[in-house]
Amino acid sequence: MAIQKTALYDLHKSLGAKFVPFAGYEMPIQYKDGIVKEHISTRTHAGFFDVSHMGQFFLEGDETLVEALERIIPSDLKSLKVNHSKYSFLLNDNGGIIDDLIVTKTNSGFCIILNAACKENDIKHISKFLGTNHKFLLNNDLSLIALQGPKSVEILEKLIPGVSKLKFMTGNNFNYDSESLYITRSGYTGEDGFEISISNKKVKALIDFLINNGVKPIGLGARDTLRLEAGLCLYGHDLNEKINPIEANLKWAIAKKRKEVGGFNGWNKIKSLLINGSKKIRVGIKPEGKVIARENTKIFSSDNEEIGLVTSGTFGPSVNGPVAMGYVKSKFSKIGTLIQLEVRGKKYGGKVSGLPFYKKNYVK
Amino acid sequence: MSEKKFSKKHEWVSLEGDIATVGITKHATEMLGDIVFVEVPNAGKSIEKEGQAAVVESTKAASDVYSPISGEVTEGNKVIADDPGSVNGDPEGKSWFFKLKIKDKGELDSLMSKDEYDKFCKENPN
Repeated sequence: MAIQKTALYDLHKSLGAKFVPFAGYEMPIQYKDGIVKEHISTRTHAGFFDVSHMGQFFLEGDETLVEALERIIPSDLKSLKVNHSKYSFLLNDNGGIIDDLIVTKTNSGFCIILNAACKENDIKHISKFLGTNHKFLLNNDLSLIALQGPKSVEILEKLIPGVSKLKFMTGNNFNYDSESLYITRSGYTGEDGFEISISNKKVKALIDFLINNGVKPIGLGARDTLRLEAGLCLYGHDLNEKINPIEANLKWAIAKKRKEVGGFNGWNKIKSLLINGSKKIRVGIKPEGKVIARENTKIFSSDNEEIGLVTSGTFGPSVNGPVAMGYVKSKFSKIGTLIQLEVRGKKYGGKVSGLPFYKKNYVK
Repeated sequence: MSEKKFSKKHEWVSLEGDIATVGITKHATEMLGDIVFVEVPNAGKSIEKEGQAAVVESTKAASDVYSPISGEVTEGNKVIADDPGSVNGDPEGKSWFFKLKIKDKGELDSLMSKDEYDKFCKENPN
């Protein structure tokens, strides 16, 4: 398949973006400022991210649609109110995570935001559970812009009055330049902010407004350092089809009612893990000193037993030091447990750490 | 100090007597982006020409730094190990990586001059 570009490709180029291929798209990894400055300006002011490569998947249908989706998504979709969003996942028969996602209840059904690299496969999977009376569409005419950082609300409110009233993980329709936009208060950085679904035709004007208001463009590089400091998972690294939500330390994202009643893919496996615990579990990892423990770094206990692997690791600009997450044998998962990280053949000290590394500022 | 010579792996070296100073080029730091970790060799370590000598990491990835010349390390630059970000500021000056006592000055002959290196970077932008 030919490499794809988002509607903002030329704009990224004019802003001095360095591009990398990502999930079949040519995406900016950073702009002129570089990753550290982009990261800090998101934390202290506001940044925008073109995340139009992600799938915006719309489903319509009656109550049988809710039943179908609840087979593969362990949220309480029946009770989800219109314009409310949940973080969840698509599960396979073993409880493995096919993708992690945000599902929002709309007036006519649901909107699901899917990872770019997974979206085609996700839709194949989801459609197996749908009935002939359910409609679905991956809308490629829409761009998706994340606006993140403490100044986001003040800036966006000037352009689109009313957005400041949204609470975290809720959304609504807003008017902009005679078009209806869907905006949610959400993100992937640990900061307050919004995700704006806007037509490919109007997105450039929105970005021009943001830039004129001092919002910096932020690439995938800083998106990764921001999300890791916030303790959020990256699919394909921290999550995959062989990892279930209990191992991923994401059982909070399975609705209470669904944990009691089940009725979704992998329920038997997940039920037994809820009772007995899992053998391994995802934890935060804080390496000592400056050494960076990147993906696939081996983790050892203090008495040299190999206990796990790092799944994401980088330098956290706001933490001003290395940060990582990974999977360890559950008995080593207590916060503060001393561990060793093997980097370039040498073992360096570290500790199991609580997540997030950087405190969030969500508006609840 | 002698005029700098440059390697295809984006290291520079300059010579003063039989002591060579080695660092990474400005072009290299621009390619790497923000440098967040540096490991330099300890004094006494023997390094062969094109042998792995140091490590530099940006937010994006880790890279090895090779020595453009053989010798025995006399000093690693502890200042950049403590403040890796400083390498982005002055890579071809005070943010050198290590100093070596060299054996064979002739090894420098295969390296590029500044003009040749600039041309090499233009022809090999990545």
